[in-house]
Parts: sequence; C-alpha cells; structure tokens
Amino acid sequence: MESFAALYIFMLAAFTGYVVISRVPVILHTPLMSGSNFVHGVVLVGAMVQLGLATTPLEQTIGFIGVMLGAANAAGGYVVTERMLAMFKREKSGK
Amino acid sequence: MSAKFLIDTSYFIVSMLFILGLKSMSSPVTARRGIVWAGLGMVLATMVTFAWPGMGNFALMVIALVVGGGAAWWSGKVVKMTDMPQMVAIYNGMGGGAAAAIAAVEFAKGDMHGMVVTALAALGALIGAVSFSGSCIAFAKLQGIMKKTFRLPAQNAVNVILSAITLLMGTVIVLSGHPTALLLVMFFMLALALGAIITMPIGGADMPVVISLFNAFTGLAVGFEGFVLANPALIIAGIVVGAAGSLLTQLMAKAMNRSLTNILFNPITGEAQGSGAGIIGTMKEVTALDAAAMMRYAHKVLIVPGYGMAVAQAQHKVWEMAKLLEEAGVEVKFAIHPVAGRMPGHMNVLLAEAGVPYDKIYDLEEINAEFPQADVVLVIGANDVVNPAARIDKSSPIYGMPILNADQAQNVIVIKRGKGAGYSGIENSLFYAENTHLLYGNAQQAVNEVIRNIKEISS
Repeated sequence: MESFAALYIFMLAAFTGYVVISRVPVILHTPLMSGSNFVHGVVLVGAMVQLGLATTPLEQTIGFIGVMLGAANAAGGYVVTERMLAMFKREKSGK
Repeated sequence: MSAKFLIDTSYFIVSMLFILGLKSMSSPVTARRGIVWAGLGMVLATMVTFAWPGMGNFALMVIALVVGGGAAWWSGKVVKMTDMPQMVAIYNGMGGGAAAAIAAVEFAKGDMHGMVVTALAALGALIGAVSFSGSCIAFAKLQGIMKKTFRLPAQNAVNVILSAITLLMGTVIVLSGHPTALLLVMFFMLALALGAIITMPIGGADMPVVISLFNAFTGLAVGFEGFVLANPALIIAGIVVGAAGSLLTQLMAKAMNRSLTNILFNPITGEAQGSGAGIIGTMKEVTALDAAAMMRYAHKVLIVPGYGMAVAQAQHKVWEMAKLLEEAGVEVKFAIHPVAGRMPGHMNVLLAEAGVPYDKIYDLEEINAEFPQADVVLVIGANDVVNPAARIDKSSPIYGMPILNADQAQNVIVIKRGKGAGYSGIENSLFYAENTHLLYGNAQQAVNEVIRNIKEISS
C-alpha cells in the first residue's frame, strides 16, 4: 500500500504541474521557468535534514554543500523571479 | 502538539502554497502575488524543518544557509536585467547539485531500505548531477566565460555511449545493495561529465530551452530524493515542477519552431558562420533625417524591435515616434518575433510598459504576409530574427527557424549600434541588401533623432 500511495502522489502531482502550466501566454514563459526554479529550491529542506542527521565528517561535508546549494537555489530563484515579475507593474506615466 | 505533527501540517500548507503560487504565476494579472505565496511557503518550510526530531549540526546548517542563501540573494539583486537567463541557469544547477548531495549522503550512510528506494536515489542523483554540470556550462556560455562551442567528433555517439555506461553503472549500484565507494564516486563523476558534454555544443540561441529542460530535470531529481527521504514537500514540489517544466520546455521549443531532439542532437553551433556565403553588397548608412522622411511619407511602416531596444530602454521613444507617424496618416504596426530579445515575451513586456496598445502588436504568423506591402520596415536592435539565411541558406546554423520577412519590404531601415554580428554570431545578409539602410547608434538616441526630424518635416 505504501508504495502505491507514493505512485498515486507521483501521478497526481505530475498532473497538477501539467494543468497549472497549460495555456500560459508566451510572455510568461521565462518568469514561470524562473518561478518553478524557485519552487524546487525546497530541496533545501531535504538537504537540511540530511545534514542534521549526519554523523561522520564525510556525511557532514556533503550535507553542508547540499544545504549551501539548496539555499542558493531558493534565495536566488526568489530574487530573480521577483525582479522579472516586477516588469509587469505598469508604469504610471509614459516618462 | 508534537514536532512531527507540526512539520506534517506545515509541509501540507507549503505544498498548497507552491501549487497556488505557480498557478498564479501563469497569468500576468496575478503573477506577482504568486511568487510571494511561493516565497512564504519556502520560509515556512525552512523554519519548521529546524524542529525535525533528532537533528544536530545546527551551527553548520546555519552557516551553510547564510553563506549559500546570502551570496545568491546578493548576486540576484545586483545582476543586470539582461543577464537574468544565466542566473536562472546557475541557481537551477545548484538545486540539482543539492539533490545529488542528498543522494550522496544517503549512499554514504549505506542503509538504504530496499531496492526501489536505492533506485530512486540513484536516478535522482544522476538527473541532479547532469542538471548541475549542464547548468554550469549554460551559465558559463551565456555569461561569456566560455566563448566557443565545443563539438566532439561523433558527439551524438559519445552522448549515447556515455549515457548508457552511466545508466549501467547505476543499475549495478542498485543491484549490488552495498556498492563500493569507488563505484559510487565513478557514478557521480560520470553523471557530472555527461551533463557537461551534452551541453557544450549547444549554442546561445537555444539556451533558454536547454535551461528550461534542466529546470524540469532538477524538479524530477528533487521529487525522487523526496521519495527517498519520505518528505512530502520535496515530492510534491519536485514532481509538480518536473511536469510543469517539461511542458514549458516543449512550449518554448515550439515557439522557436525547434524540436527538443534538434536542439540536443543537432545544435546551432554558431561556428558555421564562416560560410556567410552569398553575402553581397555593402552596408549603406542613412541619416536620421532621411530615415524620418522615408517613414513620414510612407503608407505603412512595420516596426521590428529586438534586444537592442531593450538594452537602450528605447520603448517609450519608439512609441512616441509611432504616434507621431500615425498622426501624419501612416499605418504603424509592431511585429514581434517569439524569441526577440533574450527571453520569450521580452518585447511584449517592454512595449506594454511603454503603453503600446495590444491591437498594434502582431505575432509572427499574423504579420508575415504583410511585409511585401510595407513601405518601410524599421528594425530596432534585432538581428537573427530577421536574417533571411534562416529561409534560404541551408548551410546556415539557423536554417529553418521562422523569421520575420523584413527583407521583402520596399525599404528596410536598421537601427544598430555597430557593425558586429548578432547574438548567435551569424552574419546577416539583410544588412547588405540593396534596399537596406543602416542608422548607427544607440536605439534611444537614434529614435530620438528621428522623432526630432519628423517633427521638423511636419511643421
């Protein structure tokens, strides 16, 4: 049952991702790529658990690198996406 | 309330925030709200994970968070708008690296629960590592650190064989149950090499699609490692992004009329430029006054904006000029190529910002038939998207890409900063054509000059 539950989750999540993106205008392709890039930055959480439970120096080293990379993915992804989407804020005057 | 319950509940909320955030980001009206929601989800997920039962190494964790997160935050803030694509690439690669690191720690512990989990860990490691090294190469290329495209002899064969060996090695790791350290190290090394070698021959023009592909890869890798760690936040976010990213990659490739297999196995190298055959004539310069007069007395003017307009922030001036021409009775339309600029939709965003109404902006399919009837086509800082070689020169690296048929117009005026070739480094025969005239200069200043002259003629 456990593994089947996992399969169901996989299927539904994949379907969700597909539906969320379908019929998106071309102008949002790049911001969306950047936004989804930010979302998979949650890998940070997994790396934190791995580092937190690490016991040997080897595990600690790899875990440390993992957290650092994950944090960069999340933080950088957010800033870049935010800046891209800020372009959609219409300027009040035509300058 | 136990820590476990708190974490489970939070991860549930986090997953919902991510999905709703992505959904909002797929519409221009709600896009900015979407990233904020997803951001809140990320903060919640990170905070609550500190409560994970039995964890230690908190000092290391905080240092890694601050160093990695801080450096990326800073670099994302200071980077120029035009350099965004490579930043997305490098952050994405780091996510892939993090997924591979999760797998590496799991292998180092050596207590995998069953073959399925081991297989998922290995697969996630492979995909994550490929995404990591591939994205690093993509970054280096777009950033200009790596100028040349390397193409091995029999590149495709090398790709296939290397992939097969890596997969085989992964299978051995899964079947053996307790793989040796040497086998594991070799597996990770091969996966890294694979990502780099696949990406090296791919040229700049195809990069956005490749970055999107690696984005989907990282998503999948994160999802797989989520199953290994039994962490629902990773599973949901990873798989959703994996699926969304795959679809997005296809949409982007379609917008450029390039299939994914073409991009990966038959890349535009930009090295075939040497051919440049069939280019005859010289570049003829035109003054702002002549350009103004040509457009002022035309019936129909089509404007083709490109990256040069974005760099010079000339969109407001361009719209001002268009309005002047319309007052003089000229029909003005904007023709947008799907990949004009550095990002899909780049030009639409800029023109919308300047206040150009949507009904004056036309897609490639809508406008291409009108070029022969246009008296003047004004190309502002665009190059490859109007290169006739894509239509006629079979040896050209961009052969087959749909272009705006500017060369079919009566007259073409090109505003251009210098005499150099475009982004992809390919020579453009349009610039040498009989009916083409070049107006050199920064797009904003050049358009400003034209505006001044139109006003003088009209008064």
